[in-house]
This record gives sequence, structure tokens and C-alpha cells, in this order.
Amino acid sequence: MNITRRQMLILLPAAAVAWEAVLAGTPEASSNYKMSDHWWGMLIDIPKCIGCGNCVRACQTENDVPDGHFRTWVERYHRSDWPMTESGEVTANPLIVPEVISPDGGKEGFPVATDESGKYFFVPKMCNHCADSPCTQVCPVGATFISPDGVVLVDQTYCLGCAYCVQACPYGCRYIHPTKEVADKCTLCYHRITKGLTTACCEACPTGARQLVDLKDPKDPIHEFLKTHSVQVLKPQMATGAKLFYNDLDGSVR
Amino acid sequence: MNGVEGYMYPNEITLYWSVLIVLYPYITGLVAGAFILASLERVFRVEAVKPTYRLALLTALAFLLVAPLPLVLHLGHPFRSPEMYFTPHSTSAMAMFGYVYMWYLMAVLVFEIWLDYRREIVLLSQSSTGLLRLIYKVMTLGSTNISPRSLAIDERVGWIVTLIGIPSAFLLHGYVGFIFGSIKANPWWSSPLMPVVFIFSAMVSGIAGVMLLYMGINKLRKQAIDMRCVDTIAMYMFYIYIIDFSLEMLDLVHRIYEANESFNSLNFMVHTKLYFSQIVLQICLGTITPLVLLFLTQVVKLPEIARKYMYVISGCLALIGVLAMRWNVVIGGQLFSKSFLGYTTYKMALATKEGLIVAIFLTLLPLLFLWVLVKLLPPWPEKSAPAPAAAD
Repeated sequence: MNITRRQMLILLPAAAVAWEAVLAGTPEASSNYKMSDHWWGMLIDIPKCIGCGNCVRACQTENDVPDGHFRTWVERYHRSDWPMTESGEVTANPLIVPEVISPDGGKEGFPVATDESGKYFFVPKMCNHCADSPCTQVCPVGATFISPDGVVLVDQTYCLGCAYCVQACPYGCRYIHPTKEVADKCTLCYHRITKGLTTACCEACPTGARQLVDLKDPKDPIHEFLKTHSVQVLKPQMATGAKLFYNDLDGSVR
Repeated sequence: MNGVEGYMYPNEITLYWSVLIVLYPYITGLVAGAFILASLERVFRVEAVKPTYRLALLTALAFLLVAPLPLVLHLGHPFRSPEMYFTPHSTSAMAMFGYVYMWYLMAVLVFEIWLDYRREIVLLSQSSTGLLRLIYKVMTLGSTNISPRSLAIDERVGWIVTLIGIPSAFLLHGYVGFIFGSIKANPWWSSPLMPVVFIFSAMVSGIAGVMLLYMGINKLRKQAIDMRCVDTIAMYMFYIYIIDFSLEMLDLVHRIYEANESFNSLNFMVHTKLYFSQIVLQICLGTITPLVLLFLTQVVKLPEIARKYMYVISGCLALIGVLAMRWNVVIGGQLFSKSFLGYTTYKMALATKEGLIVAIFLTLLPLLFLWVLVKLLPPWPEKSAPAPAAAD
């Protein structure tokens, strides 16, 4: 291919502009990330979740999550109407015994709902990045810890693989990695958020049902959201200081 | 799917604490129980159990040597386990294990056994030959003074060590109970009674274990069994078993009456997946039956042979019952979902690192250690020991 001087003069500035665009899309280097400036959490807007499983797939791809284990998963709740016998006797309390499924963590979506009665809704789950996390409390060597910016992490070069943390998590968010044989869990895509990006699951969510929030950032919309919505955490009785905020959480969810 | 009924959080389907973690509290329990039996003679002056004193100490040591093996084997990275000593995490109950273990092993058991056997070790280091002589020489730690005054000091120090040993034994095993009892995420475990129940069941199993060993070894050696000793041991076992059973029933009744959010789920589990191991093995066969048998030996005047059989049967049943209790705690605590909506199944592997074969091996290994210890330091009266040489 022959490129004339004239073509070169046109191409070079175009390439420079393109390169600028590439650089602009690249997250900034983490050197100017200050941990003390952030306190991370996540907002899950239940009415917005459509159960597509994009977040689960994105997480698996981004973090190389082994099959059959989940850093995030989606549950579908079915809270039926009050079941009654023909004689009018109430047989169960659907608030206490909802019907829950999560086939393969909801990775490939969900089967079509067949029951017309009651209500269906999706609940994405992941590590709650608790401020008073029971899992970091029990680690015998301190291999799992809360980072200064509020993320629960595991030092996998240090973890013994005793699985005490797996037992201590009330939400079932941890597992032992089948080949690394150490504790594994959601890192809130720490490698991304410290570079100014959002998490893979938030990035992939088509409806904005998941939002990374920085509670130390006064401009974060979370503050307004928390003022105007009914927001809850999972299992508040566990007093874990969970930072996964659920909007419009149904009482049957556990 | 995968033996799951109802709904489990997807990461809960696999159990991470296997049969080896069942063995760990079982073995440490035997240690603590055997030691408490030894302390009966030493500290509480129950002279009747003297024939089992040394055997109890050696049994405790043999089991204690094996105690960390199931823990280390179950780790994903066993070679990182020394980190628990070097960089213990102050808020972790498990981080204490290394220290409690070392304290108990070195400061209590080995020290007490050494003090108690020092005279024999010195004599054996003079009378034996070859490699054995060298072993005994090393075991004297260079201290060959066995004058009456020196032995009297041994006796007094030994008494103090045993005195310290009692709370240490409680610490060693109560702490194992605390590892489970302090997990608030798991309602099957989370209970302040857990350490206490662990201690009392440990005493039952340890006492039963030593009693059976004493009877078995004497049978093998064709020696007469000291019935006064065995009767006393059985009496203590009976009383402690009553306390243990009362505590366990208190826990059960409390759960049933409170019936909090986890109750339906746990109740269902006990009536299905844990029915055999909890209701049949632990409560009916492993607790009520030996309690009834031991009760009979206490209130009815039975001939010696009948008592012997009843002690052996209740001892074996108690060992099974306590093992079942450990199983129900450790495995049962992982069978239900923390969502209280489903159950999983434990599939024990056979020949893997955490499989059945390893578990059986680890259960029998302490007996091998005990055999070596008994050969090295015979726990019976001196007439069967080699003729003592002149002492200084």
C-alpha cells in the first residue's frame, strides 16, 4: 500500500484524535485514587430488576468465577396468595414461606412464570460489604479484611482455606475456590472501581437496577435516593452493617 | 438437583466442613475428658481411680498429638497454617487454637507426664540398652536426680500443673465449642450453651474412653480389673452424663419453646436428614440407653460380671453418642440453608484428603500412638517394669 505525503498529512491528525479518544476511555491510573476519600456500597432497585442474568454473566467473565460458584446471583421470589383449603383454612404464610428459585444463579435468566396468583420479583444478591462483617471477624490470620474504602476483600496469597468465613457469612456470599482452594467472593470489582470505573455487574445491567454508590461522595445521588425511598438491608437483625441497599424490599426476602 | 430440597443459596450447596471437622472436636474432647479423669485422682484425691491415672494421661497425650491433624488436612493450604502462630488475628476464635493447643500440650500434658514418670525414665535410661537407652537419656532432659527430696518436689509441682491443667482442659474444649457457638449467622450453632455442652460431653467421652481402654488392656494383659476403680469411674460418668444430657435437653426445649424464625427449618431437618444421627444414635442409643444402664448399676446390686458388661456397653454407646453429637453439630449445621428455605446433602468422599478412609485412619492413629507411649512409659505398677538399677 502506497501512502502519499498528502494522505499522511490527513491520516496523522485523524489517528491522533482517535488515540485521544482511546485514552479518554481508558480509566485513569490508580495512583491518584485515595482510599480515605471513598466508602463504597451498592444500591439494588428491586422494581427495576428484570432477571435477565446479565450481571451474573458479566461478573463471571470479568472475575473468572468458576462454574457452580457465584460472586453475584439473582433469585426469583414468588409470593403466592394466601393458600386456603376448600373449607377455608389458611395453610401457610407466603411471607414466611415464599417460593424461591435461582437456576444456575440466574445466569441464563428464568423459566416463564406460570402461576398467575401472587407476585413475582427478582432479588440480585452479592456480598453486602458489611461494615461490621462477621466473616472478617473470624478469619484466623486476618487474610480477609475491610479495606479503608469499605470493601471486604480476601488476600488469596495468605488465606489458609479453612472456610470459617464461609460459615460466618449470613448471606451465603462466600465459597472456597475449587482450584485455588482459598476463600473467594465479590470484590466489588476493586480493580475497576479504584480506576474510576463502575463494577462489571452495574455496567452490564440494562435497567440500572444496580448502582455502585460512594457514601463519602456528597454528590452521589444515593443520598437523595435514601431520603426519598424506602430502603432496607438484608437480615438487619444480624447487625452486620450491610452496605447493599435494597429499594422496595419485600418482607419475605431473606 | 445435587441432593438439594427447596432453596439453598447457590454457594451453600457444597459443604465445606467435612467429616474431619467432626473428628476434631471429638478427639480434643477425648483429650479433655481423659485429663479430667486423671485430675480426679491427683487434685480431688479420688484414690479409687488411681489405677487409671497414668493411662488417662497417656491417652490424653496420644489423642492430643493427633488432634491438629484433621484440622490441618482440611485446610486448602496446609503449609500456610503456621501463619496462625505468627500472625494471629485478634478477633478470631480460631486464631487461638495454636496457642491453646501448644499450652495444653507442652505446659500441661507433657510436663505433667514427664514429672510423673521422671523416676522411671531415669531408671530406664540406666537399665535399657541400645537405641532405647538413648531415647530414655534424651527423655531425662539431663535431670537424673531422683533423690526422695527431688521426687517430693516433682510431686508438688505435678500437683500444681494438674491444678492448672483442669481449667486448661476446660479452655481447650470449651473453646472448640465457642468456635461453633459464636457464629451468629448459623442458628443451629449460635448458642452460649455450646461450649458448656461440649465440655460435658467431652468429659463423658474421655472418661468412657479411658474406662474402656483400662478394661480392654487389662483383659489383654490377663490382669484382674480393679472393680472399685471401674465402679467409681462409671459413677462419675453417670453423673456427668446426667449434667450433659440435661444441658442438651435444655437447649432443645428452649429452641422448641422459643420457636424463632429458624425453628421450622431446623425442626424439619431433625425429623428428616438428621433423624437417624440425632434422634436414634445421639439421643436414644447414645445417651438414654447408657444412662439407663448406668442408673441400674447405681441402684441395683448387680454381680461383678453384669456390671462389667454394662459398663462396656454404656462406654461404647457413650462414645458413639458423643461422636454422633459432634456429627450433628458440624454436619447438621451446614445441611440447611441460611435462607431457611431448603436443605442440601452431605456426600462423604471415600478416598480423598477429607474422605472416610482418612477419617478412620485418624481415629485409629491415636491408638497406635498410645501403644508406643505405653511401651515406652508403662502405666502399670512397677512390678512389670524392668528391674530398677541403683539410684543415686
